[in-house]
Amino acid sequence: MTASPPTSHGKVGLHDSPSTQGTRHSTRSGGSLLQVTDLVVQFPTADGVVNAVSGLSYSVDLGKTLAIVGESGSGKSVSSLAVLGLHNPQRTRMSGSINLDGTEVVGLSEEGLRRLRSNVAAMIFQDPQSALHPFMKVGDQIAEAYLEHHRVNKARGRARAIEMLDRVGIPNPQRRARQYPHEFSGGMRQRAMIALGLVNNPKLLIADEPTTALDVTVQAQILDLLGDLQKEFGSAIVLITHDLAVVAEVADDVLVMYGGRCVESGTVKEVLAAPRHPYTWGLLGSLPTLGAEGDELRAIRGTPPSLISLPTGCPFHPRCDFASRVPHGLCCSALPELGPRPGQSEHPTRCHLSALQDIYEEEVAPTIG
Amino acid sequence: MLLYIVRRMALAVSVVFATMVLAFFLFFAGPGDPALNLCGDAKCNTQRVEEIRKSFHLDEPVSKQFADYALGVVAGREITSGGFTKPCPAPCLGYSFKTDQPVTGLLVARIPVTLSILCGAFVIYLLIGIPTGVYAANRRGTAVDRAIVGTTQTIGSIPYFVPALLFSLYLTILHPLFPRGDYHPLSEGLVKWASGLLAAWIVLGIFGSTGYTRYVRASMVESLAQDYVRTAKSKGISHHKVLFKHALRAALSPVLTIFGLDLAASFGGVIFTETIFDLHGVGYTAVNALRTSDLPVIMGCLIFSAAMVVGMNLVVDLVYGFVDPRVKVS
Repeated sequence: MTASPPTSHGKVGLHDSPSTQGTRHSTRSGGSLLQVTDLVVQFPTADGVVNAVSGLSYSVDLGKTLAIVGESGSGKSVSSLAVLGLHNPQRTRMSGSINLDGTEVVGLSEEGLRRLRSNVAAMIFQDPQSALHPFMKVGDQIAEAYLEHHRVNKARGRARAIEMLDRVGIPNPQRRARQYPHEFSGGMRQRAMIALGLVNNPKLLIADEPTTALDVTVQAQILDLLGDLQKEFGSAIVLITHDLAVVAEVADDVLVMYGGRCVESGTVKEVLAAPRHPYTWGLLGSLPTLGAEGDELRAIRGTPPSLISLPTGCPFHPRCDFASRVPHGLCCSALPELGPRPGQSEHPTRCHLSALQDIYEEEVAPTIG
Repeated sequence: MLLYIVRRMALAVSVVFATMVLAFFLFFAGPGDPALNLCGDAKCNTQRVEEIRKSFHLDEPVSKQFADYALGVVAGREITSGGFTKPCPAPCLGYSFKTDQPVTGLLVARIPVTLSILCGAFVIYLLIGIPTGVYAANRRGTAVDRAIVGTTQTIGSIPYFVPALLFSLYLTILHPLFPRGDYHPLSEGLVKWASGLLAAWIVLGIFGSTGYTRYVRASMVESLAQDYVRTAKSKGISHHKVLFKHALRAALSPVLTIFGLDLAASFGGVIFTETIFDLHGVGYTAVNALRTSDLPVIMGCLIFSAAMVVGMNLVVDLVYGFVDPRVKVS
């Protein structure tokens, strides 16, 4: 994956226009497996319109892992659910484009979406305890997804479910397939969830915080498993997480979201070794470090913004420690462009600050070790 | 599992016994004198009342009367009244003060009437309640949903006996479209049985179903918001399957509890329905017995209802363990 930077921009605009976002990829021959361009997802509610995702663009290639990082309510889950068309169309407004393996998902009929789901792109959900049906046997739940997309008999579906359970490392899969989710441990449930996700051999796997509900030791096993399966099946993975340690371990590329927008993106090396956005600094700074006894946990001050009434200008400015260094109150009035700035940021970063590199190296890096 | 059932049965028996004690002593603590009642319009002199009292053993201490009665329920007894001795095998519920019929036989005749009413009405509850509830939940927030919720709430808030009386007056008496008070046991033929109960089924069914529409709707709205329904959708299966195979499956289990307890409570008789449509079931019998201070009949109806309530509770718990695999029955 490469997060798509705008190809040209001379003036600072309040909004990213579709013409400056994702142009490079839409014209690129071959194209990526998943290409999201200028995606907007809004939920009209009684209290106002929730701007869950605003002008998001990214792409993922086969065999690659993109991590989408951000706090709760940053739009990371909403944008991923949109890839499978899982939002209720009656209560959602969507625009932009989601090209999944050559099919446009935005505006696609329910029939068309059903053919893509599980077959081309599958999802692994955060909490397997609640994401698996409590009254259905695990094997049946996996077989159901397989039978939906293959003209085979039930026995073949069951056999496939057992095969998948075996593949994700569940011992005694014949017996396990006949059990209910509550008879599984947390880690086993997540393995079963992954088996369900991979049962139709999809090209894209979207994993929505797959390790959040698990013990730390089990987390590592699940991440290893995902990595192994990706190598074996060659699929692309979109990993949604707020855990930067996980990102460093498994992702190829990173996209940092804040207030429904991408604020910084690049390869893992670029973003984690040379972070350029003050929000990313905050995320890195709030990682607890071993051995720093007595130190309080650092957090980004303030709370994530309301998606109904986002702050004007840069959505992060009320929580940003550096906004005062930008002249003319630009941070409060204008949304920064998402773009690399030679000498300051080699990868796309959405910030008005002019001396990003200096500030990071002189002031921020020493404090976050 | 077996041990659990045995334990629950023991508990059930003690609850029924407690109900018996309470009812028996309340009867004697309250106003009304069965002996005076039996005199009817004919004025009895004190001596005559005393004789009646003696013949029913009402002159004995209440605790002795209760002991005799309770022993009879378990082991049967012989009842002497007015010089005659009548056999009363277990479960002996005594003889009606009023009609001198054995209460056990009376109940055996009346219980099928109540059961027949309930079986039709509860089928209608589900036949109307589940589809309308699912439909409304699936279209939550739309005009159809609001219409269904509004209609059920309106119907549900009308006192049941008013439309039941009107229905009975217009459609069984003034324009006898439906037969009235015409109960035939199922053994006389399905059509004959059903036609006699149809009026009661329709009225009770429609009114009772409104609650179920709302339970099912609320339960469906909740289950449709669950993560596992989203998972089901993400498999690419049809909306129909998501709705019925995944969401409804989970939504029905809380409805089952309400259904079971509702059914249990109704075994004691659907008093309005039985009285209005002149169907002589348990409720009708109990009300008449109360009116005439007919202690053995009152006790019989009460023991039956209490046994049904505790029994159904056990059944619901057992079925629940079957429906929801997470529930371990023990």
